[in-house]
Amino acid sequence: MKPPLISIALICASALAYEILLMRLLSITQWHHFAYMIISLALLGYGVSGTFLGLVQERLKGHFQAAFEINAALFGLTALGSFLLVQSLPFNALELLWDLKQPLWLLAIYLLLFIPFFCAANCICLAFLEYPEQLHRIYSFDLLGAGAGAIGIIGLLFVMAPMQALKLVSALGLLSALIACWEFRAGPGWLKLALLFAMASLLFPGVTPQLRLSEFKGLSQALRVVGAQQIDRRSSPLGLLSAVSSPTVPFRYVPGLSLNTPAGPPAQLAIFTDGDGISVITRFDGKLASMEYLDHVTSALPYHLLDKPRVLVLGAGGGADVLQALYQGASRIDAVELNPQVVELVNDEFADFSGALFTHPRVSVHISEARGYIAGHFEKYDLVQLALLDSFSASSAGLYALSENYLYTVEALGEILDTLRPGGILAITRWIKLPPRDGLKIFATATAALERAGVAEPGQQMIMIRGWNTSTLLLSNRAFTADQIDRLQKFSSQRWFDLVHYPGIEAGEANRYNQLRQAWYFIAARELLGAEREQFFEDYKFNIRPATDNRPYFFHFLKWRSLPEILSLKGQGGLPLLEQGYLLLIVTLAQAALASVVLILLPLWLGKNKAKNESGGHWRMVVYFFAIGGSFMLIEIAFIQKFILFLSHPLYAVAVVLSAFLIFAGLGSALSERWSTPVSRPVAGIVVISLVYLFLLPPLFHWLMPLHDSNKILISAVLIAPLAFLMGMPFPLGLSRVARHHATLIPWAWGINGCASVLSAIFATILAIHAGFIVVVLLACVLYILAAMTLPGKSGAGKAKA
Amino acid sequence: MRTRETYLVRAAGLSLYLFAIVISMNVCADERFASQRQQMVREIRQSVADTTRYISKSALNERVMSAMGTVPRHEFVPPSKQSSAYQNRPLPIGHGQTISQPYIVALMTDLVDLVEQDTVLEIGTGSGYQAAILAELVHKVYTIEIVEALGLSAAKRLQKLGYNNVETRIGDGYYGWPEQGPFDAIVVTAASSHIPPPLVRQIKPGGIMLIPVGSQFQVQQLTLVRKDEKGDVITRQVLPVRFVPLTGGH
Repeated sequence: MKPPLISIALICASALAYEILLMRLLSITQWHHFAYMIISLALLGYGVSGTFLGLVQERLKGHFQAAFEINAALFGLTALGSFLLVQSLPFNALELLWDLKQPLWLLAIYLLLFIPFFCAANCICLAFLEYPEQLHRIYSFDLLGAGAGAIGIIGLLFVMAPMQALKLVSALGLLSALIACWEFRAGPGWLKLALLFAMASLLFPGVTPQLRLSEFKGLSQALRVVGAQQIDRRSSPLGLLSAVSSPTVPFRYVPGLSLNTPAGPPAQLAIFTDGDGISVITRFDGKLASMEYLDHVTSALPYHLLDKPRVLVLGAGGGADVLQALYQGASRIDAVELNPQVVELVNDEFADFSGALFTHPRVSVHISEARGYIAGHFEKYDLVQLALLDSFSASSAGLYALSENYLYTVEALGEILDTLRPGGILAITRWIKLPPRDGLKIFATATAALERAGVAEPGQQMIMIRGWNTSTLLLSNRAFTADQIDRLQKFSSQRWFDLVHYPGIEAGEANRYNQLRQAWYFIAARELLGAEREQFFEDYKFNIRPATDNRPYFFHFLKWRSLPEILSLKGQGGLPLLEQGYLLLIVTLAQAALASVVLILLPLWLGKNKAKNESGGHWRMVVYFFAIGGSFMLIEIAFIQKFILFLSHPLYAVAVVLSAFLIFAGLGSALSERWSTPVSRPVAGIVVISLVYLFLLPPLFHWLMPLHDSNKILISAVLIAPLAFLMGMPFPLGLSRVARHHATLIPWAWGINGCASVLSAIFATILAIHAGFIVVVLLACVLYILAAMTLPGKSGAGKAKA
Repeated sequence: MRTRETYLVRAAGLSLYLFAIVISMNVCADERFASQRQQMVREIRQSVADTTRYISKSALNERVMSAMGTVPRHEFVPPSKQSSAYQNRPLPIGHGQTISQPYIVALMTDLVDLVEQDTVLEIGTGSGYQAAILAELVHKVYTIEIVEALGLSAAKRLQKLGYNNVETRIGDGYYGWPEQGPFDAIVVTAASSHIPPPLVRQIKPGGIMLIPVGSQFQVQQLTLVRKDEKGDVITRQVLPVRFVPLTGGH
């Protein structure tokens, strides 16, 4: 009898789609880093499935078909049901450290969301148990399905809202149960009818449950204001955009506005991404005089040092920086924006309001990721503005600590400097935080970029000023002139902005208008340009070392050694100094590690039965499946990061790389049986290719960067193919040896592999933050070699074959 | 008849008994809250003592501490949160709003340095707790709330608790309350991307404005805007905690 391969592929596609979808849904209702933690823990459903089936496999004998159908159907039902229940819980992430009930609600969320993954994993493991001789094909369809699911969900999110997609994924789960009935040519008629009915009601377009956002997100707060209403909402995998008008109490969103500004902003519409992160569209009737307020922010400084510059705005958003450039008399403006729906809102939906800003004769808008745009275009600019796009509250709470950022790295600033005309300026505006963090880190990153470009005295080509809540850093490819410094001083004193650094600054000039207890910014800038820089990095209580492409975590500031001091200040309002994103990552790892240890050891304690005498064999098996589960994930994650830079788009990179990895690994798994190769061969191949790629990819990508997107996607797939193909082999090769020698241990191996995948995904991020992605790949290679050395039943298998 | 009378007497007795229980429970609850409040004040004093070197004072103004020990904070939080009212932590008050950690409220109130004759403007009434603290200290408090439901319930609450020197208004705080200005102090608890210039104009010469910057549940830093007698403005930014960013010989 044949395994239900189509059903398996479909359920794996749905489960992977569900995982990506949950990330979207929870990022909207909660915050991205909580979404990450919750999903990581829920994915332990794979580990639990192995442990569970290991314990009950005897009882399930003879009931395989029913068990498979029920688990598939339960996946479908709980995918939607669990999420709806999660939404109804009174969980408030922001109170986790204050309210003892919150960790319990969080636990409830883990348990609810773990159910669908548990059911999906049960289906696959049941199939392994029932058809041990066809493991390769089952695993192959598992991976192929998952690959299709990864790309499918991202496509789906372009055409439907996340909640509708959730209904569809849920229906696909039910469909897989129905297909299983058909593949088995069994299953009671009522079950088929019930499944059909449930699917039909899920696909009925009328009723789609609403997403419930945390009441502490920016969008929820904005909508509470009298007269505020949501006037547009559109969704894509890049985010859920909500446009809000507030005629009674205008938004007036102008970060960094001087205290003595004579002018305020005209009416504005707010755009929230995933319910947070405000950007504004400003009313523009073609008369630039109403934009005078944009001359009274720190980011206006470069316009006072340049004459009618040709400007590149990286991160156009709702258009504030473009309006500023127009007001300041820029000769031409190129504006780059990643999300096409933001441009649609400005140019189409609210064209009357925004004056169709991006169609202005002096403005060209480009839908692209910033670095991809720079690499693919050869124009030179007088001014490049890096807009301030992250919200203060999220940034100050360290919510971006886990997010890779490829714009604030030494390499990125170097590439931008290359696009400047002689005497051109790169301007970067950041929030002021106390104690100073990102303002200093960007200063250090810029210094490193200038030094890398061969500048002997970077301080001569840098200027920094600060207002009460923003700082602006300028770097140029030439030393600033005395006339420019004169204009800088006038600009700053007229607007009550403080001088942080310019060539020749005196201590007495700093910290005048917006006084800090000590002139921290000035002191730090002086140290970062001086000979004692290393000592300053060491002594500073936050990590302000430059971010690089290998460690692109600009927003990671926490140093372990500062943690006890910060925690001791809880009662005195010290908790905001904690960087939540990073700490949650550690907490996630700790929770997942604890759960994994229990899950892996539980069968040993409870089932001191089977193959107990095989001393040593058990531990070899644990090591083997742990090592290959972990290393697969480490390589996948590290290469997604490498390809993000090449594909210049986080979304395409994740979709293309993830799908390519899974699909080619699926093919590798399918062919592993035919080749009947010892595991050392694919492992040797994986290690060699990974190491070659580490050195080959950066120059290759640099060379191929200007190619068209579709070509780059094709090249990426071709590059991933051989690596992933080989990576699909070790798991089925190992599992079929287990099946031959002790088939009852199959679920255990499956569970170990599941736990290792979860743990290594979390660990990969921690390792990348501290040591960089190169080390992540090296560790994966070590794990693969370890696996090859411990393949379970190695000698026995050899004999069997002979 | 007799039975009916007996019944009535018993019923009356029972009602009295229940009434007494309710009263005594309230008295007990009030006593409990009062003792928790004193404990909270002790904790704030301790925290300040720990922070002495950094905030350059050994204690907060005694009048501020006395206000903290007087205002019934539990009346300003939802019933479900009353048991946590006197813990040194921020609390949600509904409508996506919070009240700050008591230590931060005390520190902020101390920083604006008030005397009895002062008139204070508050932007962002919330549940009215900060307004009540201010009302204990000064002659008159004006407070503006943007969320209607919050503003209405805060006004009712402040009236019920006898804070007749607080005037509440629902609306946009951006323009301040020019009819009643200028003010000796302005406390802006509602988040804003910039400091509203109309508010700066409503600070009296020699007066001060305080703006906590951060998100709900988290006050990151405090911005103080001070206007001197000539009308010149200087801002000062302070961390609410004792934390020096450098170690070593710097």
